[in-house]
Amino acid sequence: MTLHKLTAHEAHELLIKKEVSSVELIQAVLDRIDAVEGRVKAFVSITRDEALAKAKEVDARIKAGEAIGPLAGVPMVLKDNMCTKGIKTTCSSKILHNFVPPYNATVVEKLAAAGAVVVGKANLDEFAMGSSTENSGFFATRNPWNTEAVPGGSSGGSAASVAAGEAIYSLGSDTGGSIRQPASFCGVVGLKPTYGYVSRYGLIAFASSLDQIGPFTKDVRDSAQVMNVIAGHDPKDSTSAPVEVPDFTKFLTGDIKGLKIGIPKEYFVDGMEPGVEAAVKGAIAKLQELGAVVEECSLPHTEYALPVYYLIAPAEASSNLARYDGVRYGYRHEEAEDIISMYKKTRSEGFGAEVKRRIMLGTYALSSGYYDAYYLKALKVRTLIKDDFDKAFEKFDVLLSPTAPSTAFRFGEKADNPIQMYLSDIFTMSVNLAGIPGISIPCGFSNGMPVGLQLMGKAFDEGTLFRVAHAFEQSSDYHQARANL
Amino acid sequence: MITKKDVEHVALLARLELSEAEKEKFTEQLNAILEYADALKKLDTTNVQPTAHPLPINNVFREDVARPGIANEDALANAPEQEDGFFKVPKIV
Repeated sequence: MTLHKLTAHEAHELLIKKEVSSVELIQAVLDRIDAVEGRVKAFVSITRDEALAKAKEVDARIKAGEAIGPLAGVPMVLKDNMCTKGIKTTCSSKILHNFVPPYNATVVEKLAAAGAVVVGKANLDEFAMGSSTENSGFFATRNPWNTEAVPGGSSGGSAASVAAGEAIYSLGSDTGGSIRQPASFCGVVGLKPTYGYVSRYGLIAFASSLDQIGPFTKDVRDSAQVMNVIAGHDPKDSTSAPVEVPDFTKFLTGDIKGLKIGIPKEYFVDGMEPGVEAAVKGAIAKLQELGAVVEECSLPHTEYALPVYYLIAPAEASSNLARYDGVRYGYRHEEAEDIISMYKKTRSEGFGAEVKRRIMLGTYALSSGYYDAYYLKALKVRTLIKDDFDKAFEKFDVLLSPTAPSTAFRFGEKADNPIQMYLSDIFTMSVNLAGIPGISIPCGFSNGMPVGLQLMGKAFDEGTLFRVAHAFEQSSDYHQARANL
Repeated sequence: MITKKDVEHVALLARLELSEAEKEKFTEQLNAILEYADALKKLDTTNVQPTAHPLPINNVFREDVARPGIANEDALANAPEQEDGFFKVPKIV
């Protein structure tokens, strides 16, 4: 049996039937890591001993006849920007290369309570700033479908580990597309939940009004099950929404008859990869066949999302990243004689080029004389973008688009041109600005590389996203395709 | 239009020390990005309220009761330099 290929719900079935043990599952995934990690490079750290110890605990509970939850004993991976007590958490940055958090992120606590087994911490673009993992301060992760191509980013390690069978599922974070775009590039399911649904406590901040944690899984059922565990109000996060969490698996009915799907015309742009457009149009036809009512709609301010995002996100980042000063944790330049030059040298040596670029841009947009023209203007246009979605959702249950304008690109292709790199998130960043949920699911292939379909929903209506995504998935077999490594 | 001098000023505000090559590169790249941002000027936003945050949550309070915090030694465990239970930094004045 090739245990590393299982979904979480399949693994759970085998565990409760006592056909496999958690230790066997973990060992199978660790063996898979040993076999392919040299080519994929998804991990910053592998937590072998901790994982096996946790698996033994779960096995003991099963043996004692205890009922276990759906994620108990199943191996998973965390993006390395989520704090893990006693385990190095780097953000793939030199400035945090030796940081060992004294506490766990809320999602880590919730997963631990659910019996989840963390096998490692995944690589990312430094501080989650990027779309390819090429901005990692350590190394780039490769796409399991073609190791010459990027896995997407910033949660590239989380996406690649699942696509490569090095984890059954993983968590990433999404500020402008950092879960959905790599999910699309790696042929897995990636959900960016509604802002405020999943606690950000212990998620190392990039842009606080946009960041949200979410799962990478091999199918929609797993995505719903992970959300059942990680969603919910957290008093430790003041932006956490005080809302009830339904059982998301209840939405997986397979029935979407009469459901209204809007296709925003602004999301079908010139220069889109023809294979991507063809795959997405095929998916639309399939959804109509399943009984959904599909109509074109308009989100007229879409063209402004990129400039709005690239003012707001860097502005928030420049403020959040002010804390890296070489005083309390992380890297410090040792030879400075006074404190200002210590700060400057520490930060200049500790941060990579993209992080510095965004700190510079954000500092400029917030600086005296430019605040109104750039930052405040961007916040106002953010309102217009949000209003577009509110208007569309008066008529439609979900909106549908490609997740990204292309499949995974080659290393170096966009590395020297920030705007070209930023454009790969053009279909995903509006969702973060509006605070609504978005999911990317596999919907076909273009030149042998996976294509992602994005569904966007009303705030706190992940249930409907899961319902549509699941109905489509069950009528296709794209989610069963695995990368050949 | 951002000049190299603007870049030097912003770098000081952000506590970054840039090489000559970085200054040149950032001047060019920040101009290219801000040129994109100029597209926003086309829009009339006179009566539009700004959105700083997507959820209508304001002022989350709790009772002002003391709770256990992080232990001194845990707080210092990652410090590059420490002395007598304090973070140690280079000379300030």
